[in-house]
Amino acid sequence: MSDAKVQIKNLYKIFGRHPARVLPLVKKGLSKPDLLDQHNHVLGLQDVSLDIPEKKIQVVMGLSGSGKSTLIRHINRLIEPTDGQILIDGQDVLGMNDADLREVRRRKTSMVFQKFGLLPHRKVKENVGYGLEIQGVADGEIATRAQHWIDRVGLTGYEDHYPGQLSGGMQQRVGLARALATDSEILLMDEAFSALDPLIRYDMQSILLELQEELHKTIIFITHDLDEALRLGDNIAILRDGAMVQKGTAQDIVLKPADDYIADFTKDINRGRVIRLDALAAGTAPSDAPVLEGKAVLEDALPAFVQAPAQVIGVKMPGGGVGQVTLAQVVEALRGDH
Amino acid sequence: MEFLTEFPALGRKTLSGLKRGVDEAFKGFSRTYGEALENFFDPLLQFLIWFEKLLLATPWPIILLVIGGLSWAGSRSWKITTGAVVAFIVIGIFDMWEDTMATLAIISVATFLCIAVGIPIGILMARSNRMQSLITPVLDVMQTIPSFVYLIPVVMLLGIGKVPGLLAVCIYAIPPIVRLTNLGIRLVDADVLEAADAFGASPRQKLMGVQVPLALPNIFAGINQTIMMALSMVVIASMIGVKGLGVPVLRAISNQYLALGLMNGLAIVALAIIFDRVSQSYGKRLQAHRHGGHR
Ligand SMILES: Nc1ncnc2c1ncn2[C@@H]1O[C@H](COP(=O)(O)OP(=O)(O)OP(=O)(O)O)[C@@H](O)[C@H]1O
Ligand SMILES: [Mg+2]
Repeated sequence: MSDAKVQIKNLYKIFGRHPARVLPLVKKGLSKPDLLDQHNHVLGLQDVSLDIPEKKIQVVMGLSGSGKSTLIRHINRLIEPTDGQILIDGQDVLGMNDADLREVRRRKTSMVFQKFGLLPHRKVKENVGYGLEIQGVADGEIATRAQHWIDRVGLTGYEDHYPGQLSGGMQQRVGLARALATDSEILLMDEAFSALDPLIRYDMQSILLELQEELHKTIIFITHDLDEALRLGDNIAILRDGAMVQKGTAQDIVLKPADDYIADFTKDINRGRVIRLDALAAGTAPSDAPVLEGKAVLEDALPAFVQAPAQVIGVKMPGGGVGQVTLAQVVEALRGDH
Repeated sequence: MEFLTEFPALGRKTLSGLKRGVDEAFKGFSRTYGEALENFFDPLLQFLIWFEKLLLATPWPIILLVIGGLSWAGSRSWKITTGAVVAFIVIGIFDMWEDTMATLAIISVATFLCIAVGIPIGILMARSNRMQSLITPVLDVMQTIPSFVYLIPVVMLLGIGKVPGLLAVCIYAIPPIVRLTNLGIRLVDADVLEAADAFGASPRQKLMGVQVPLALPNIFAGINQTIMMALSMVVIASMIGVKGLGVPVLRAISNQYLALGLMNGLAIVALAIIFDRVSQSYGKRLQAHRHGGHR
């Protein structure tokens, strides 16, 4: 796939004293608990491959300890892999020397952290300008560009505060502004909103989506929260014990969970507000059926069925044309497989 | 039975031979390198002499002004500033001005030297565990060995005078600043360092922009302790020819002059309290950002 901004190929990460020694065993299929019991090494990632498309939000999801943080830190090589390959714009990140790697971190990627990672001794404006300062941008320009992003994330008036004087939500706005200020194309977000209250978290998601409408960054977003994943993710990948168990769109994950682990994840969500009509549509609709947008969710489509003759509606498909969806299909999709 | 009650020590002859051997070797060393070492330390000596002369030549009202100014700049507290100025006035009234200036000179230069050498060593220690495990025992020895013991080789090498005195003070006073620089840098939050890494900070940018600034409160605690320890060496240093408040104290000990000893001792205490209060409140102001509205 050539339109992938970031490619991860057969990535392995083993924590311990002699990772290279136990790697062959892992490749032969030694499990995470066995590796820990018999060899005292922790399996972080096993054979993870993922193509991350440009200008989209790629969510990586999994339970605690599944290797999400480990994976995202490989992209800018904060963690060295045991085996595998990582390409950014086709460039091999692992082959780079320190100077080249720093250049990638300065200009191509930027990161937002779960615990914010702000510099406590610097004011908000100096935190936001930090990446630019590292790049060696002139002071005057740093000030204007930092101010721009402070305004964009809604922190106008707090420029001279210290991080310790701000609430968690505001601190993460600083973190977001700092990451955006460098104009890098790739945004790495490791559980960026997980430390926030639900309402503030929803606000931050909205801010992110709003900015993304206009900025079109390649965003890799880590979360353990399915609602967040479904709201933000153009694509979702699911990790379990360091292995990739499913990757696809939100619709794929909900409608066709690859195994019970994922089905378990998805069983509590409100399916009516997640599943889209175009995920169900097929064939051609009869001409007298009411026609709805493909990205409408099932819940919004239900009233249309009441008026529809034969309980069939038409759906505008992404590729043009009008597919059909029956009420029976909708009921089945809402029930799920259990 | 005798084997158990008397420790089987080396024979007297062997021992005295051994000691003489070490002494001879060291004397040989100091004959060969003594002069080179003296030349090496000469700029330091000149600086110390210049500074002492400067303090003595400056009219006392100006010194009082400077002391008041520095105290205010450091502490931003009228209480501490007034206390410092009054203490110096009392010192002057009791005719200890010159000795105090001499002590001030050597303490300032010693502290400056300790900072200039100690902070880089502390940084080095913080960056490598090997360095830390190498330097820590050296610091332990420097802090615990009785100062009279290392005065001997210092005097053999450099004779009696200001420079050996200064070195003795520094050897004794440098460990805290090294330790606390190391500790301060190691205590910097790993999350913050990771963020710096993620934005592509070079090792130098991380050191100067993140590690040292965040370690500053600890570094300041180290400087404070270093000054205190330097002051406590004043009397011992005067035994090897350092002028200052220690000299009259020594005289008081050998002649049993109670009042003289007390006066000069109290002057040393006054200096210690002033240095301590000023540098501590400065250190506290440095970390003001940690006590923001929240937390
Ligand atoms: N430095 C390390 N040394 C040893 N094991 C580690 C290290 N870092 C991570 N691990 C292990 O690797 C596995 C994956 O950890 P990781 O932090 O990537 O999980 P995560 O999905 O981000 O979890 P969380 O949701 O708790 O953040 C865990 O089993 C963890 O214990
Ligand atoms: Mg994590």
